[in-house]
Amino acid sequence: MAFSNEQLERYSRHILLSEVGVKGQKKLLEASVLIIGAGGLGAPAALYLAAAGVGTIGIADADEVDLSNLQRQVIHTTPDVGKAKVQSAKETMEAINPGVTVKACRTFVDASNIMGLIAGYDFIIDGTDNFPAKFLINDACVLAAKPFSHAGIIRFKGQLTTYVPGEGPCYRCAFKAPPPPDAVPTCKQAGVIGAMGGVIGSLQAMEAVKYIIGKGELLTGHLLTYDALKMEFRKIKLPAYKDCAVCGEHPTILAPVDYEQKECDLK
Amino acid sequence: MQLTVAGNQKEYADGLTVAKLIELEEVETPAYVTVSVNDAFIAGGTFEEAVLQDGDRIEFLYFMGGGSA
Ligand SMILES: [Zn+2]
Repeated sequence: MAFSNEQLERYSRHILLSEVGVKGQKKLLEASVLIIGAGGLGAPAALYLAAAGVGTIGIADADEVDLSNLQRQVIHTTPDVGKAKVQSAKETMEAINPGVTVKACRTFVDASNIMGLIAGYDFIIDGTDNFPAKFLINDACVLAAKPFSHAGIIRFKGQLTTYVPGEGPCYRCAFKAPPPPDAVPTCKQAGVIGAMGGVIGSLQAMEAVKYIIGKGELLTGHLLTYDALKMEFRKIKLPAYKDCAVCGEHPTILAPVDYEQKECDLK
Repeated sequence: MQLTVAGNQKEYADGLTVAKLIELEEVETPAYVTVSVNDAFIAGGTFEEAVLQDGDRIEFLYFMGGGSA
């Protein structure tokens, strides 16, 4: 694949980087990333991946844009209120970079469709808002041997980790199973500072890009936590857990499972 | 004894258990916290029996659910 002059100019700041160069940019253009959730985390991740020239970007979400989303979901604008989030996201991404293919999947991701959804993508980004979805994405990615970025945000805090098959623990290794509904506060109950999605979602995009170009160290085996009030990042080691129900030595989860849903959806 | 709790070194009474530390540190949603000591997970339900030793490094991992909507 030869670069056009337009591409050389568009991606010039990438191409200048010794870690990216023409070779890395070509990898980005040939890569595919699926973003599940076009919200606080998915919005900045989608914007940066589209801008970076990730050739195929899938975005899955069942919701419509709500006025209360706009405080943090920067891919949507005020005229988008009421529009399907995936449609609004696709329009913004294509406006930033018409050279990428955006596949909008207006669907609620569950155990029945997740394996089909993630198949064919090189990397998955979990931008969902609830624990059942986070466990579902984790299990599906472990079962399908897909690398993915997990993240969560609440109030002034955020955290993320990266799973790469065979290279470290999964989300379930540390967190075992979803907490009962309402046991742990969600965004709806507790709120979230708008820029938190920008910080953590951008870090998810960064992990995807590093994975695609094959440079640097990923967050495999670590949980990066961010406390905005203390302005403190911590990289906490995530131990491997040989008895993990999905990635352990004797897994008991052999197919994706649905847990009771409890969304932190502020309507 | 000295413990490093979430990156901070502090002095604690000898014989402290993980359960007692969770209480002392006023850990949020204590029933749902994941604890690692020296980079190994402490099994849920064993926090009462898990006695900490001088020099231990303890991390609390929290459920964080938000992201979309
Ligand atoms: Zn695991």
